[in-house]
Amino acid sequence: MNTRALAGLLVLLAFLMAAPMLLGGYGLSVLILVLYFAYVGQAWNIMMGFAGQLSLGHALYAGIGGYVAAGLYTHYGIGPWMGVFAAVGAAVAAGAIVGYLGFRFSLAGVYFALLTIAFGEFTRIGFDNWSWAGGSGGMFLKVERGVSDLANLRGGTVMFYYVILAMAVGAFVLCRALLESRLGRYWLAIREDAEAAQAVGVPVLWCKMLAVTISAALTALAGVWNAFYYNNLFPETAFAVGRSIEMTLSPIIGGLGTLFGPFVGAVVLTGLGELFTDLSDQFHVAGLKQIFYGLALLIIVMYRPAGIWPWIATRLGFEERRK
Amino acid sequence: MSGARLELAGLGKTFRGLRAVHDVSFAVPAGAIHALIGPNGAGKTTIFNMIAGVYAPTAGTVTLDGRSIAGLRPDRVCDAGVGRTFQIVKPFKGLSVLENVTVGALHRRPRLGPAREHAEAILARLGLHDRRHQLAENLTLPDRKRLEVARALATEPKLLLLDEVMAGLRPTEVDVMVAFLRGLSAETGLTILLIEHVMRAVMALAARVTVVSYGEKIAEGTPAEIARNQAVLDVYLGHEDPA
Repeated sequence: MNTRALAGLLVLLAFLMAAPMLLGGYGLSVLILVLYFAYVGQAWNIMMGFAGQLSLGHALYAGIGGYVAAGLYTHYGIGPWMGVFAAVGAAVAAGAIVGYLGFRFSLAGVYFALLTIAFGEFTRIGFDNWSWAGGSGGMFLKVERGVSDLANLRGGTVMFYYVILAMAVGAFVLCRALLESRLGRYWLAIREDAEAAQAVGVPVLWCKMLAVTISAALTALAGVWNAFYYNNLFPETAFAVGRSIEMTLSPIIGGLGTLFGPFVGAVVLTGLGELFTDLSDQFHVAGLKQIFYGLALLIIVMYRPAGIWPWIATRLGFEERRK
Repeated sequence: MSGARLELAGLGKTFRGLRAVHDVSFAVPAGAIHALIGPNGAGKTTIFNMIAGVYAPTAGTVTLDGRSIAGLRPDRVCDAGVGRTFQIVKPFKGLSVLENVTVGALHRRPRLGPAREHAEAILARLGLHDRRHQLAENLTLPDRKRLEVARALATEPKLLLLDEVMAGLRPTEVDVMVAFLRGLSAETGLTILLIEHVMRAVMALAARVTVVSYGEKIAEGTPAEIARNQAVLDVYLGHEDPA
């Protein structure tokens, strides 16, 4: 990383640290969305961007993480900082099952993606009928106004903002370290050509299993955060295919396999989403948002197929090629 | 780096009743250069794939310095000391030339820094050093062939399997590759088994040659003996186009 890039990064970080003082409630809630999508995008990017494995079922891990932590809290009073271990453990187990079935039996590309969708779907149906988790009626966390209890993740927007900011920064640092390690390079090799990778000694199955479990663990954390931020969970939304697709958009738009791509993609997508919501409201046309949003995605994917970030990075003289 | 003795005994492979390789036996002493030749479809690459762990043999054994490697996974075979190239080159296209070779070097050097240094040294030897920051997908075919060799060498093998690395090279480029391999063999004592159609390279490099046809071994000997062998001439070398 050159000094210009480092300076840019520090300015960005300073802005993010000070944001609750600088922005109003609306601005902060938008920024929370940006950081959330940057974070889950970063987690998903480990599988697709680094190891080249297309998962379209990441809502599974977020949903499981959220349900486990929220369930332990509502049923047994176990706080989220403890519950998160169980949440991550459950999501890692789910990731290991999906990964082993897919990778051991060499399901590749779209077939693996179909498997990930299938797991999300039947988990959704399972939760619909599971009374402990509230069934299709959902699970609700007790809302306490005016408290700020970090130990139990009960509090206002500012607290959740700093938690998701810490998670996004942590995921970025982790991904950078992974990419600059043997495991990271092995992932890239698998993404490019698994057979050639195995011939130079890469234990392909093991590396793919690590990709899916690390990605699932990080995604589960997002699920926990999400459950405690919104205070409710429904199988129909937590495990929805749409939720999974949403997680893939930031890294795809921002730049697959890059470290800043998920963040840049999240900024652009959330920004466009808010803009088009405003437009829809102004012109009183329902669905205008979706049409413009879809068109914007289409244009970005057509003109910057490698993502927005690699293009910006070269213009600014930063060096982050798709590795 | 030093060579290992490779021995194939009674090696066979059947694909759903189709006999691709049958009862092939030969040995390559440590440090020797051995060529495997034969017409297209004779089963040469299948034999390679059985040594490299892509296929488990349906019959026979493969041993490296007396240790059985048949049926191991490709990455385990690499651990055991076998490096291979692919006939249809398989570069990591989206990675730079240096990163391609670094992945190989990481096999015995788990840290990125030392692995990269090792990769640079190998690239320098193969004349690819000035292209190390290019993406592999932008290399010409001869350079991609050299990259295959560099990446396999980076894993520090005791046995190097080269699958038609001369194909598509110009005669002068063949001579460069031959000189490189001969130097490598002399310097490191690495054992080399090569599949090759370029006879100029086989004659210049190999101490011994094994000939296969329709999945079976039909001859073995020095290049000069093979060039005179009637069975070989019949199936492989002797077919001159009358027109």
